[in-house]
Amino acid sequence: MENAAEPQALDITARAQAIRAGSRAAVANALAELEATRTRPETRALVDALYPSPRQPGAVIGLTGPPGVGKSTLASKLVAAWRSAGRTVGVMAVDPSSRGSGGALLGDRTRIRPAADDDGVFVRSLAARGALGGLSPAAFEAMVVLRAAFDMVLVETVGVGQSETDIARVADVTVVAVQPGSGDTLQFIKSGLMESFELLVVTKSDLGAPARRAHKDLKVALSLLGRSDVEVVLASGTDGSGVEPLVAAIDAVRPAGQDAVRARAEQLTAFATAAATRLFGTLAIARVGGRRALQAKLAASAPAGPYDALARCEEWLT
Amino acid sequence: MATRDRPWLMRTYSGHSSAAASNALYRENLSRGQTGLSVAFDLPTQTGYDADDPRSSGEVGKVGVPISHLGDMETLMADIPIERMNTSMTINATAPWLLALYIAVAEKRGVDPQLLRGTTQNDLVKEFLSRGTYMLPPAASLKLQTDVVAYTVEHLPKWNPVNICSYHLQEAGATPVLEVSYALANAMCLLDAAKARGDVPAEAFPRVVGRVSFFVNAGIRFVEELVKLRVMGSLWDRICRERYGVTDPKLRRFRYGVQVNSLGLTEPQPENNVYRIALEMLGVVLSKNARARAVQLPAWNEALGLPRPWDQQWSLRLQQIVAHETDLLDHGDLFDGSHEIARLETALTAEVDEQLAWIEAIGGVLAAVDSGAMKARLVEAGAARLSRIESGEQTVIGVNAFTESAPSPLAQSSDGGILTVDPAAEREQIERLDAFRQSRDDARVTATLAALRDAAVAGANIMPASIACAHAGVTTGEWGAVMRDVFGEYRAPTGVGAAVSQRARPAPEDAVDGLDKARAAVERATAAIGRRLKLVVGKPGLDGHSNGAEQIAVRARDAGIEVVYQGIRLTPHEIARCAEEESAHVVGLSILSGSHNVLVPAVMDALRARGLDRVVVIVGGIIPDGDRSQLESLGVSRVFTPSDFDLNRIVTEIAELGAAQWAE
Repeated sequence: MENAAEPQALDITARAQAIRAGSRAAVANALAELEATRTRPETRALVDALYPSPRQPGAVIGLTGPPGVGKSTLASKLVAAWRSAGRTVGVMAVDPSSRGSGGALLGDRTRIRPAADDDGVFVRSLAARGALGGLSPAAFEAMVVLRAAFDMVLVETVGVGQSETDIARVADVTVVAVQPGSGDTLQFIKSGLMESFELLVVTKSDLGAPARRAHKDLKVALSLLGRSDVEVVLASGTDGSGVEPLVAAIDAVRPAGQDAVRARAEQLTAFATAAATRLFGTLAIARVGGRRALQAKLAASAPAGPYDALARCEEWLT
Repeated sequence: MATRDRPWLMRTYSGHSSAAASNALYRENLSRGQTGLSVAFDLPTQTGYDADDPRSSGEVGKVGVPISHLGDMETLMADIPIERMNTSMTINATAPWLLALYIAVAEKRGVDPQLLRGTTQNDLVKEFLSRGTYMLPPAASLKLQTDVVAYTVEHLPKWNPVNICSYHLQEAGATPVLEVSYALANAMCLLDAAKARGDVPAEAFPRVVGRVSFFVNAGIRFVEELVKLRVMGSLWDRICRERYGVTDPKLRRFRYGVQVNSLGLTEPQPENNVYRIALEMLGVVLSKNARARAVQLPAWNEALGLPRPWDQQWSLRLQQIVAHETDLLDHGDLFDGSHEIARLETALTAEVDEQLAWIEAIGGVLAAVDSGAMKARLVEAGAARLSRIESGEQTVIGVNAFTESAPSPLAQSSDGGILTVDPAAEREQIERLDAFRQSRDDARVTATLAALRDAAVAGANIMPASIACAHAGVTTGEWGAVMRDVFGEYRAPTGVGAAVSQRARPAPEDAVDGLDKARAAVERATAAIGRRLKLVVGKPGLDGHSNGAEQIAVRARDAGIEVVYQGIRLTPHEIARCAEEESAHVVGLSILSGSHNVLVPAVMDALRARGLDRVVVIVGGIIPDGDRSQLESLGVSRVFTPSDFDLNRIVTEIAELGAAQWAE
């Protein structure tokens, strides 16, 4: 890779070890390789080597919500709370401002400012490539790298329809931020993303009554939808209130044990199926009996990582 | 026949190095016929840091005078009769503190603060939108602003507590419509908040309205500017009447000061700026009914570096010639009854009303600051202006037309035609600060700081506690730390992400061609590197003037570069960390405060410490010619100055530098 002296010569095991030890340079190099126009074989091997070794199960937290809801401010408080609890944090700030030219203007990271000398936070901006503000194609692989290097991974993205389901594909826990008094509450209920979140957070709780009303409305709506198990946290990025309860609520819903194993297997299958559809087309998938059949084949083959899973798909579909 | 009008207040925005040096400069300026003071503070003072704070490194005494405590303020005003002076302070986030120090000086001299006349700029909205020296979140900022208003209305009745400032909006590229509507919306936001506080008695409120003054910009299109000010006056009168029920016409007067435009001053053929300044001044003095109360003129060499005392004197003489030699002040208003002026006024008023309705519709000024919506329109207007200059649609003599020139003898003197701040100024200020800290009563400092915190937490007016702190010897950094601690720090949205691409608007052929060339260069670089070219743009130091950095960021994106815009007020360490985390190929630094000789080496060191030796570093800003080679010898690949106006050309060069360094 470009940054290091003779990167190709470094063997995959050593690089994976450096990333697991939290080496910032090693993490940056791996992420840069994932952004390359052509992914190299050694990059694929590295990602697959990192795949089975997250620091903690359920470490990847997705935070999404409409523009202006106060996500970035809340994200910076979350990061600070995790840091003061001694956890290292990797952040993927997904920015929707990319252009047809391939250019992008990424500014979201400006609101996440770790303490001056704290190298325990690593913020990477990702241009939202492709349609509808969804995650860029390499987001899953980038998540795998960050998850191996840091205790917690925060994926922050603007919610515009598609991206909530997208973020659920990379996150273990998806948190949706809702703004009080904005009519978001109803929109949110109607928007048909009921499957893809584990927690709701009402931002700007410093507004007082409107925030409490939004909280109540959401609870009612959730119970009507049969999801009264979902917790709704009131928090404020401005005064920091509710951040500790949010951290606790996130920890409470993080999958653990066998649940975590199953959830991750499903996540990998979903990733590979979506990627295979993009790469080989629906016709090819129809030939092996459709998406469900492909998912079953993937699950049975227990791939070592995302690139291994894709290699198997390629074998079956071409 | 009208009687001869009194001339406006004549000021020069100045201050540098130390309180003693600035005091000497002020007394010199006053002896040359200046009639008021306009204090420029350095960036640490403006943002609430002491001279020895790590963030202050390189910035002490650069763009203004460092005022760290009461002793500094006493030195600044030494041998100047404070009770007879009219002092304008360009101070915003720390306005309550600097006013507290000023009041404390008066009290120590036995002067009744009721007599104090002057202005604290105290306008945070425009800091969020363009100038960048804010400190606290918008709501807390507004609270402190109105603390000053409520306090002065009672205790300093002749003081202008707020100077609603559209100056910087025009510097960022605002059109007259944007400048007028943003300023008026801002003033209404402030007055609404002052009214809502409830501690100003209803019968005193018209006086609060009457104390609001404005600070505008005036550009080279002086007819348009003249119309702008007449419209602003009549709209302000309407707002005072209709929104605030002010019946006394005196309290509805549109009172404004002005600093004419620096944005249009050019680095090439700098002598032409003298003409520009004279013409810009016409817009604010010609029409008696919309004439400025106070005028400040920039110096001819502002695009080259800091002006020297002689440069400032030359600008002052221009004011004196217009006021005292010409017959301007002999006549009544020259434009009342002009059909053309009336037509222009009607058109502008309608556009401003439309814009005001938009701001109202998106939830008012505070909401628009936090969402970045107002900022995005501003960045767009700035981008549009630059592309008009690039394409030649807007003529700038010496820049995109008539560029042939004999060398200017004005810039040939041994000092390079600019003022250089003594590099020892920072160390000396720190030494004085240390000595001052040694001499004070620590118990009293602790007690007054605790009382300040209590007042802030309780939501009380912080002025009385701040004045007590001033007397006790509290420092600017200590005062700022309490405020940050109680109210929290704030990062404003950059607004750049939302700015519309120049491609999306109809552009003349040339501009499109230039962008296509830049795009081709970016694509070549991306192919050579094997990854999309990635650029980190940031401003090290405390300087908040982000217009240039934002315009580069937007254009680089439009040309296909992946840009990480990091914003303002960064430490060298933060920039290097960002370059590492983002795997940047190129880092672009923007510095306008004159602190490049300290900050650039610090960034280079920080990059090297992370093993990022291969990253290409470019620097943009007001960099005197003499400093260029020094920066290049440190490893800076390219230095861009105001003479590099062609953004496409700059982006093309960035792509070429990136490709040369990173090709596989």
